[in-house]
Amino acid sequence: MSIFRRLLGRLGASLIVLIGVSMLIFFIARIIPGDPARIALGPRATDAQVEQMREALNLNEPIVVQYGLFMGDLVRGDLGISLYSNRPVMTDLVEYLPATLELVLLAGFMMVMIGLPLGAISARYRGRWPDNLVRVISLLAVSAPAFVWAVGLVLVFAYFTPLFPITGRISDTLEVERLTGFMLIDTLAAGRLDAFASALHHLILPAFALALSGIGQAARLTRSNMIATYEQPAIEMAQAYGFSEARIARRYAFKPSLIPSLTIIGLDFAALLGNAFLVEVIFAWPGLSRYGVGVILQKDLNAIVGTVLIISATFLIANIIVDFLVSVLNPRIRFSEDNK
Amino acid sequence: MPDPLTLDIKDLRLSFKNWSGTTEVLHGIDLRIAPGERVALVGESGSGKSVTSRIVLGTMQDVRTARVTGQVAFEGQDLSALTSSDRRALRGRDISMIFQDPTSALNPVFRIGELFQEVLKRRDPKVTKGEARAQAAKILHEVSIEDTDRVLDSYSFQLSGGMNQRVMIAMALINEPRLLLADEPGTALDVTVQAQTLAMMRDLVVQQGTSVLFISHNLGVVREFADRIYVIYQGRIVEHGATKELFDAPRHPYTRALLSAIPRLTGGGVPDIAERSPDFDDPFVDHAEVR
Repeated sequence: MSIFRRLLGRLGASLIVLIGVSMLIFFIARIIPGDPARIALGPRATDAQVEQMREALNLNEPIVVQYGLFMGDLVRGDLGISLYSNRPVMTDLVEYLPATLELVLLAGFMMVMIGLPLGAISARYRGRWPDNLVRVISLLAVSAPAFVWAVGLVLVFAYFTPLFPITGRISDTLEVERLTGFMLIDTLAAGRLDAFASALHHLILPAFALALSGIGQAARLTRSNMIATYEQPAIEMAQAYGFSEARIARRYAFKPSLIPSLTIIGLDFAALLGNAFLVEVIFAWPGLSRYGVGVILQKDLNAIVGTVLIISATFLIANIIVDFLVSVLNPRIRFSEDNK
Repeated sequence: MPDPLTLDIKDLRLSFKNWSGTTEVLHGIDLRIAPGERVALVGESGSGKSVTSRIVLGTMQDVRTARVTGQVAFEGQDLSALTSSDRRALRGRDISMIFQDPTSALNPVFRIGELFQEVLKRRDPKVTKGEARAQAAKILHEVSIEDTDRVLDSYSFQLSGGMNQRVMIAMALINEPRLLLADEPGTALDVTVQAQTLAMMRDLVVQQGTSVLFISHNLGVVREFADRIYVIYQGRIVEHGATKELFDAPRHPYTRALLSAIPRLTGGGVPDIAERSPDFDDPFVDHAEVR
């Protein structure tokens, strides 16, 4: 089966999942108590005003009809108006999603680039001091949630020793035209290296705080997978042929051990979108997670459904990418899928 | 110096350090292999035959809890006196090894062709993909593999066990090593396939003049293959002799017990041999000296 056809199949399956998610979140949001129209209009609104608002939001229709109307708008790219910000939900998402994605992507990158090598070093020097060091660090990293690390990192690296800025996405004195909403891309597109450096500088600490427990997780998982790989006859065979230990670690032990680690990192990566909330609050990061919690507290129906759908879509895309990486790394998966 | 022995082991002892002190598992092994000679080391599980092969391979010396004493000379060079990286330099070029289960020993994430190229790089680091492929195809022909292109483009899990075994034999011999260690080759395969591949392996080592240390628990398998046999029991060599002598007139009680354990086509079931017997600890019998 060609890669293209497999991709198409996965996208189709993802679409079905998204429709399921949209139904679920649409109904749950409407079942929980509290009248969105009253919350939006405030305590001084008259009953007539509330009723008018309910009519405008189609809240008096049967729930199935409401869903049908919602899907009809969604197909046209219209997620409705947010009662929280009084703007189209789509506009809000376009504004807030890039900030969170930038944060989460860098955090995911750190998980791969720091977590996997740490685990590999640990397995290669099993039982010796590098292993012990990595095990202590990774256990520490896993055992505290991201917001604890965020507070700790802010205190140490931004407050006591001001190496990094405490809040925001870029220095206040710099003004960069918004193109994609990704600060790193926009600054480069504007050809402003100073602004790019500033944006990266602002990004490192929150991304690292968000990534830390994932880094620990990836390191521990890679270590145990690689130790299991080292026990296999294929490694002894490589030793018997006199390949250097470094080459064996890199080519023969690390590659097969990557497969389970990548799968978990893919799931962790998607979970970061949700975990980002407290980190975004601490670093005053104008991201989607903060927006999502805001709209939930306001019972802003349209915005809740929109936010959840975007997060689910990101989750599904991340998993498709991971599955492809895994099938590239593992020929057994590639061939068993071909034989289907 | 006239033609030194390919392998000359004298008073080889191996012990493992553990929490309660040290445990000796090899109690002074003597074993010699002349150039081009095929020698078998036969014994039951746990007798010390596999660790002996790992010492000759030079990997056991790198295990932190293992202590190796005595002499293991490969072509006059004492392996224990070499550094770990010098021992490694011998592996894959001068000393090579075949493993028990070919399918799990061949790395599943590389194609057979890539594995061959890796092995060929041990002799010539600059070998190109095309050269490696040509050489691999040539030696695969010698182990009766005809569709070499398909095999070289396959992963080990796409080939049968017997096919993988032939691939491993070819891989072990492609660099024309002077000593081949075969640790229970083909035990994971069924007997007819095992017999076929062993015959191919014998033809190839005879042709290349490779010395072989063949490790097995099965005297029957060894009979067709080896010139001489050492029988090992609980870390000691108990009997040594030319294959014919040993089969015709086994003198050590343990060798007799092992011989009676070979299943016969004439039936009669599996003979009842004792797990342990005091006469298994009888002194070493060497046919070469008696003769």
